[in-house]
Amino acid sequence: MKPAAIWRTAFLGALVALLEVLCLTGRIDKLTMQPPHQIIIDLLRMLSAGTLNLAILKTLANSFLAFGLAMVTGTAAALVLHRLRAVRDALDPLFATYYAIPVFAFYPLLIILFGLGDTPEIFIGFMLAVVAVIVSVLSGIDRIPRVLLKTARVHQLSTWETARRVTLPCIAPYILTGAKLALAYALIGVIGAEFIMSSSGMGYEISFAYMNFDNATMYPLILLIVLASVGINMVLGRWERLLMVRRGLA
Amino acid sequence: MSPAGRPQVSLRQVEKVFTPPGRKGASVQALGPLDLELFNGEFFAVVGPSGCGKTTLLELVAGLSVATSGDVEFEGRPIAGKILQGVGVVFQEDASFPWLTVTDNIGFGLGKLRLSAEERRDRVESALAMMGLTAFAHSYPAQLSGGMRQRVCIARTLVMQPRLILLDEPFGALDQQTRLLMGDELLNLWRKTGATVFLITHALDEAAMLADRIGVMSARPGCIIDVVETGWPKDRDSRIVQEDRFGTITARLWRSLRAESMRAIGYQGVKA
Ligand SMILES: Nc1ncnc2c1ncn2[C@@H]1O[C@H](COP(=O)(O)OP(=O)(O)OP(=O)(O)O)[C@@H](O)[C@H]1O
Ligand SMILES: [Mg+2]
Repeated sequence: MKPAAIWRTAFLGALVALLEVLCLTGRIDKLTMQPPHQIIIDLLRMLSAGTLNLAILKTLANSFLAFGLAMVTGTAAALVLHRLRAVRDALDPLFATYYAIPVFAFYPLLIILFGLGDTPEIFIGFMLAVVAVIVSVLSGIDRIPRVLLKTARVHQLSTWETARRVTLPCIAPYILTGAKLALAYALIGVIGAEFIMSSSGMGYEISFAYMNFDNATMYPLILLIVLASVGINMVLGRWERLLMVRRGLA
Repeated sequence: MSPAGRPQVSLRQVEKVFTPPGRKGASVQALGPLDLELFNGEFFAVVGPSGCGKTTLLELVAGLSVATSGDVEFEGRPIAGKILQGVGVVFQEDASFPWLTVTDNIGFGLGKLRLSAEERRDRVESALAMMGLTAFAHSYPAQLSGGMRQRVCIARTLVMQPRLILLDEPFGALDQQTRLLMGDELLNLWRKTGATVFLITHALDEAAMLADRIGVMSARPGCIIDVVETGWPKDRDSRIVQEDRFGTITARLWRSLRAESMRAIGYQGVKA
């Protein structure tokens, strides 16, 4: 491990230890939060009991669906936008201000449009994630060395072959950067939507537990979300790093 | 070798003018009017001051861009911005694909030629050997030096067995000794493949040593102001730099180029 990573791990470990001490000494009372070790025990018990597995599965599946849709649509949109200079120039400022808009404010409208159920939740996750993908993929395409595209032309590749064999592999690190953001946004969108108006999923279960002072359910669920998102993010980050190292960029 | 028969490539009264998009700013006449003929199997070098339009000329012949006026033909067919089979290009910049290994880079274009897997492997392996890259077959370009990456690009062009090879200052990134050796390698490969070689270089000695004929370009807009026939035997190598004729050729090139080079950099000159 690099020194920076050691410091980071130590810092996080110290925070958890501090929390543990504060809880055990009663500075943080039991009604507010249990000590971290108890959260882990509760999480394991919750998972093995299996009562919430369906909710967990539903949320993760919807988040992945939103994420996957955002990746495919966002990448395709970026490839097309890059070719349509005028459209891109028109949309660029909108992308820049996009995240200033609280998409959740439109949630009631989405329910009117799509009805209750999974669709508006997935849609919000997708809407939050897709622009991050478009923006990173576009910045990747802008940086493709022209000589590589000329090489594709000399080898008589069609537009489609050029996209598949040159453009996409060339921008792979940027796609992964977009993927890391998109994953976080998809989770925020789906879980947030479940919080507001839903009768299932992890977001709903967390808010339900909160209303009932059920800390033994609420904190383990929060921990699970954190673990899932950090875990996947780390895998994507590793992959991104591998590509960068291979290209001598890291 | 004296040119005979029908030219493989011919340019007639070719001009290239770059017009900025939206017509803002002045347009730049990069080339011409220029006439040029390349004959089957010859080694033709082009020298010229920097910015005179050498790369522009190469891209016209490659079919990567279209002449503003005039005709460009390859084997009797108009090129006009269409890339034709049988033409290989090695660019001035590093064009290796950083996400592919050396082997995959070299084999990049082979999928398009319906070859057996065996034939494909043979071609890649012999190109690796010829370019001295066998030990690096599984390396990525980032692990290679600039000169080695350029060799990867040359190998990628060679495996396609083009009838016309266009090279844009391929040895620009190399030191003088390696340049001489790569020059020998290029001569070998030219003899072995029988392809026509069109080499752009800014090094007069390189042109004098390698080519059958050397076209000298004027400052922008580039025109061919002199064509020098070297008269070297086909089995020459870098040792000809010791010969008197080599000095004579280089001197003649410099005589044609000196004024143009000064013009290209806006140099007023010292009083003679
Ligand atoms: N796409 C372009 N748009 C506008 N001007 C261009 C373009 N490409 C080249 N030029 C101009 O045309 C002229 C010739 O450029 P070119 O690249 O062909 O020169 P060169 O002889 O290859 O130079 P060097 O020796 O530096 O490689 C230059 O003045 C350049 O600024
Ligand atoms: Mg050039």
